[in-house]
Amino acid sequence: MTDEQILVRLTDVFRDVFDRSDLVLTQSTTADQVNGWDSLMNVRIFVATEMEFGTRFDTAEISSLRNVGDLIRLINAKSKE
Amino acid sequence: MPSAIDLPWLPTGRPGLRAELLALHPAQPKLGEQLHSIAGYHLKSSEAALFGKRMRQMRAEGASFAPLSPVSVAVLSNATFDLVIDGLPLAAARHGLAAQFVNAPFDQVMQAALDPTSEVNQPGIDFVLLALDHRWFRLEGGASENPAQRLSDAVEQLSTVVAALRTQGGSTVVLQTVPLPPLPLFGSFDIRANGSQRALIAKLNDAIVALAAETSSLVADIASLAASVGADHWFDPVAWNLYKLPFSSRCNAIYADVIARLLGSARGKARKCLVLDLDNTLWGGVVGDDGVDALKLGQGSAEGEAFLAVQNMALALKERGIILAVASKNDDEVARLPFRNHPDMVLRERDIAVFQANWLDKANNLEAIAKTLNIGIDTLVFLDDNPAERAQMRAALPQVAIPELPADPAWYPWYLANAGYFEAVAFSDEDRLRADSYAANALRAAVSTKARDLGDYLTSLEIVVQYAPFDAVGRPRITQLINKSNQFNLTTRRYTEADILAYEQNDNAITLQVRLSDRFGDFGMIGVIIGLLSEEAEGRTLTIDTWLMSCRVLGRRVEEAMLAEIVRLGRSFGVRRIVGIYIPTAKNHMVSEHYPKLGFAELDAAPDGIEDGVRRFCLDLSPDGGAYIPPNLPHKISHVDASTLAI
Repeated sequence: MTDEQILVRLTDVFRDVFDRSDLVLTQSTTADQVNGWDSLMNVRIFVATEMEFGTRFDTAEISSLRNVGDLIRLINAKSKE
Repeated sequence: MPSAIDLPWLPTGRPGLRAELLALHPAQPKLGEQLHSIAGYHLKSSEAALFGKRMRQMRAEGASFAPLSPVSVAVLSNATFDLVIDGLPLAAARHGLAAQFVNAPFDQVMQAALDPTSEVNQPGIDFVLLALDHRWFRLEGGASENPAQRLSDAVEQLSTVVAALRTQGGSTVVLQTVPLPPLPLFGSFDIRANGSQRALIAKLNDAIVALAAETSSLVADIASLAASVGADHWFDPVAWNLYKLPFSSRCNAIYADVIARLLGSARGKARKCLVLDLDNTLWGGVVGDDGVDALKLGQGSAEGEAFLAVQNMALALKERGIILAVASKNDDEVARLPFRNHPDMVLRERDIAVFQANWLDKANNLEAIAKTLNIGIDTLVFLDDNPAERAQMRAALPQVAIPELPADPAWYPWYLANAGYFEAVAFSDEDRLRADSYAANALRAAVSTKARDLGDYLTSLEIVVQYAPFDAVGRPRITQLINKSNQFNLTTRRYTEADILAYEQNDNAITLQVRLSDRFGDFGMIGVIIGLLSEEAEGRTLTIDTWLMSCRVLGRRVEEAMLAEIVRLGRSFGVRRIVGIYIPTAKNHMVSEHYPKLGFAELDAAPDGIEDGVRRFCLDLSPDGGAYIPPNLPHKISHVDASTLAI
């Protein structure tokens, strides 16, 4: 998968979780730029992302993410494991 | 292998679900019915959350969700429970409830219970769910030095919370048993070591059950649920450490269903009656075709034992008060034969409160069963191996619970047991006797023959009918059908494979083998016709020597399609009339009116030498008198070279 393909699928996940069909993500998107992305939403996002990509993130991996680009690179690395 | 995690007894993939949820309107008619019908499906977690959100929005706009019963539930948990709550309104609607949930702040169990102003102690709360696990009880492992003290502390803590809730709010408390984490300390010795986590949690669960009895609380047996899905799937240390999720979020849907069925049962919404199909559900094989002796049932064959297990489960349900009924496409007398004569039948006629065996639409039969027993349609569960029958029932009567079933009958009891239709919150001697009293009182229902427009349904099945003349590939199956089919068989003439070969090569025979498939699967060859050409005074005549069809495909207008094809072929041979014969037997009464229904006119009584009851019919195809026009049929037709097909 390319980063672009992951971003498309990830955008669908976020739109589902936030129930907002107009939500736009970029590699540099961070939690404080998205309305409603609080700690609880964060949990929902990671649970839904794990389901969508059929993977599990490790404790340390989750803790080190800074923005959507980091998450995409993590998914990409996971898919090659 | 099926897992309760996936709720495999529920259908999935309701078309256009998201748009349907968004289009719901608080003032629309039958809103509650529609929500109940949607909740009959297994949804993705985001769809389940949207379902809950739409209910909240519509409730705020004053919607009524009847016939769903409104309940308010407060949740007290030592974990992050919001994601679990996301899926609870959907599960509640599945079990007859329009439920709203409030969640006390994270890990504030004791404080919220003791505070009269907290959200859990507000008037209007019907249930308080205490979703607590071993972490709240401080039973996190290690061999305890003073196990008795540790246990009594844990029980004391819980008793205080329950007492506070009962004093402050007065709602019904729902306790949970505590699952055992899969972290053995000694190994097998854990079960013997007095202070092990395993020993302490076992005793704690006993104490929880006792506390529930003292305080009239409900118990959700989450320890049993975790054991069923497997502790290795239930516990998720990563999700606990990162997010404080109480258990793996993969288990949210089944957890929600277990809670919802318990609350539904407390509100009188549990199902009451199990309606059973017969052929290939209670026994292997088709009694009308195979005969009682050939049915797969009982010890001695793996399949026979599987069906025995289905019957044992049904009987066990009956003995705890669930009413049993039968809905089967069969002649009544034929359907009752195994109940009377098969030595391995566990179920007997006296166990069945209402016995509906006929050739009508099964939805009419379920309505008749509910009417006879004077119970709601929404208290029925319908067990049927045939996916098309299930889909048809779901379309006609969405309030009936209809478990999906896998191909292997060995799993049928698991599906029926784990779907949680017959959840109970108590059990009395009255329950034990209930099913028998129904059986004694029920008279055979008069079935309404109310017309139901099934055209849309048939179209939605995407039926494909394939025709071919007899050929070498089809010959064995054609011979088998000719020698096995009893019910939908106009003449019951038996032929050997050599006879079939002769017809294949006979220039004066028009032969037809018919295959059928739909979006649920391939039925293979389901119909056979042999027609013989002759020159008569009335012109060239095609006499239908043999016409048979598998009963599995009844009600799909296949007969009409077969006639249209025979007419098409006959016309290409210059046929002026088609003559059909009906030779009655003990088993083929269902086709006695086959030809008149297709528009044939009955011919005068047959000349001497023809046995009693034989009737002859004629369809005029002559240019002046032939009024036959092929009907509009909901099938896709294909004319294929059958030698390319598997049988």
